[in-house]
Amino acid sequence: MLLEKLSAHLEEVKEYEREPVPASRWRGFKSFLGMYAGEHTAGTEFVIGPLFVAHGAGAMDLILGLLLGNFLAVLSWAFICAPIAVRERVTLYYLLEKICGKHLTNAYNLVNALMFCFLAGSMIAVSATAIGIPFNIPLAKLTDWLPSGIPWIIIVVLVGAVTTFVATLGYDKVEKFSTIAAPWMILVFLAAAIAVLPELGVKNWGDFFQVAQDKIWTGKPLTGQSKFTFWHILFFAWFCNMAMHIGMADLSILRYAKKWTAGFASAGGMYVGHYIAWLASGILYALFLQQSNENLEFAPGPVAYSAAGITGALCVIIAGWTTANPTIYRAGLALQAIMPKAKTWKITLIVGSITTLAACFPALVMQLLDFVALYGLILMPMGAIIFIDYWLFPRIGIQSNLAAVKNLTFNVAALITWLGSLLACYLIAKTTGLEIFFLGLPGWFLAALIYIISSYVYQKKWSK
Amino acid sequence: MKILLKLVSIVGLILTILPSIGVFYEVISQEENKYFMLVGTLLWFGPKIIFKAK
Repeated sequence: MLLEKLSAHLEEVKEYEREPVPASRWRGFKSFLGMYAGEHTAGTEFVIGPLFVAHGAGAMDLILGLLLGNFLAVLSWAFICAPIAVRERVTLYYLLEKICGKHLTNAYNLVNALMFCFLAGSMIAVSATAIGIPFNIPLAKLTDWLPSGIPWIIIVVLVGAVTTFVATLGYDKVEKFSTIAAPWMILVFLAAAIAVLPELGVKNWGDFFQVAQDKIWTGKPLTGQSKFTFWHILFFAWFCNMAMHIGMADLSILRYAKKWTAGFASAGGMYVGHYIAWLASGILYALFLQQSNENLEFAPGPVAYSAAGITGALCVIIAGWTTANPTIYRAGLALQAIMPKAKTWKITLIVGSITTLAACFPALVMQLLDFVALYGLILMPMGAIIFIDYWLFPRIGIQSNLAAVKNLTFNVAALITWLGSLLACYLIAKTTGLEIFFLGLPGWFLAALIYIISSYVYQKKWSK
Repeated sequence: MKILLKLVSIVGLILTILPSIGVFYEVISQEENKYFMLVGTLLWFGPKIIFKAK
């Protein structure tokens, strides 16, 4: 009864899902700055920073690669996503429905929901490493794919159950808690890293770069890990949120902005979360490696606990939870778009169960860099479709918003573009050996080209 | 009362970050820093949760 009441309350929330956001609800630059800083300082940062260390990133490569990569990400938000967001002021899903048709949008929602489940799963696993500290359970190693044992599964299931239960109750309270926690989390990252610097040999600030090169980002990958260069770091920083900027998922957020320049507010997230937090968590992991003689066990919880005590462990739990919770909720919403009659809490429960099952497998955390790159790549073609449909088609005489105009449930040209560009990316990777981190750039241009050609052919045949 | 609670929150944030600089300059130990961070955490979240509850 209580759940149904809360569910009904959620359904009453006015989110302008099928209409433009009215001017009275537009928000200024500052509110986006805070939102992006909070959203991008999350549980994933405890994993990504250390993985750069594990992949043997060099100090200068990391500092410059992140600086430039994050800059390109900010430009992508500002010049690709935000201009369409403030002109159309509708959600990504509604815009996709107008271009691709309802059925193809449903397919997109299904893939999106599945990706959200895996992302939330990795965050539950991160939280579980901190919850497991008092029980001293054996944790997975960097090269592990399967659960380390029954105790690990029990803790993950417990964390997953609590997270899912809270997600079924709604998003509002978690969002408020995330907003409160965000500035504290950033400072915990920073404080923990500063406090361990002397243990790494930094006695004054002038020593930092030398120690960074010799002991933190040494340029030598750990056993079984591939080597990351400047280009890996640049492209990862640029494309790790590809689904959001180039993939246009943030149309749903930036449609509330007064001006397109709100896209630049993403710098708050990029340079706090994806710069300071990644560097800080990398420093903590380097100390852990030094103290454990390069033990391959990968445990954000114990690493943060050893650097910042109970506060560090709490930070990992809260960071993981505040990321997992809204992600499960978003996955639920994406699925609910496919099954509009199903109750939100029931769908959230299903999503939470899939997420918890995924969280049991450490491969999800250990391969997070690859997963995040794959996530962006799979959803990117839809962003290219929207970009071309919005800016180019009206200028070259091809019909925009075809599904809405012709009352289609399935735009074949968009489907060909989605699958065709992903197949092309796969073939590029297979034939040239290009890693997944780099595929987004050629993939976007291929998707754009395929969409122009297939739309031209499809609309010509279709209009006969 | 609200001003006081806000002040306590700000002190909480300062206690979270400032002692780490003390560790760096060897003014306090790492263990003391961990206690200060925990106190800072409680001071940051405590008033915020009270605010939200009201």
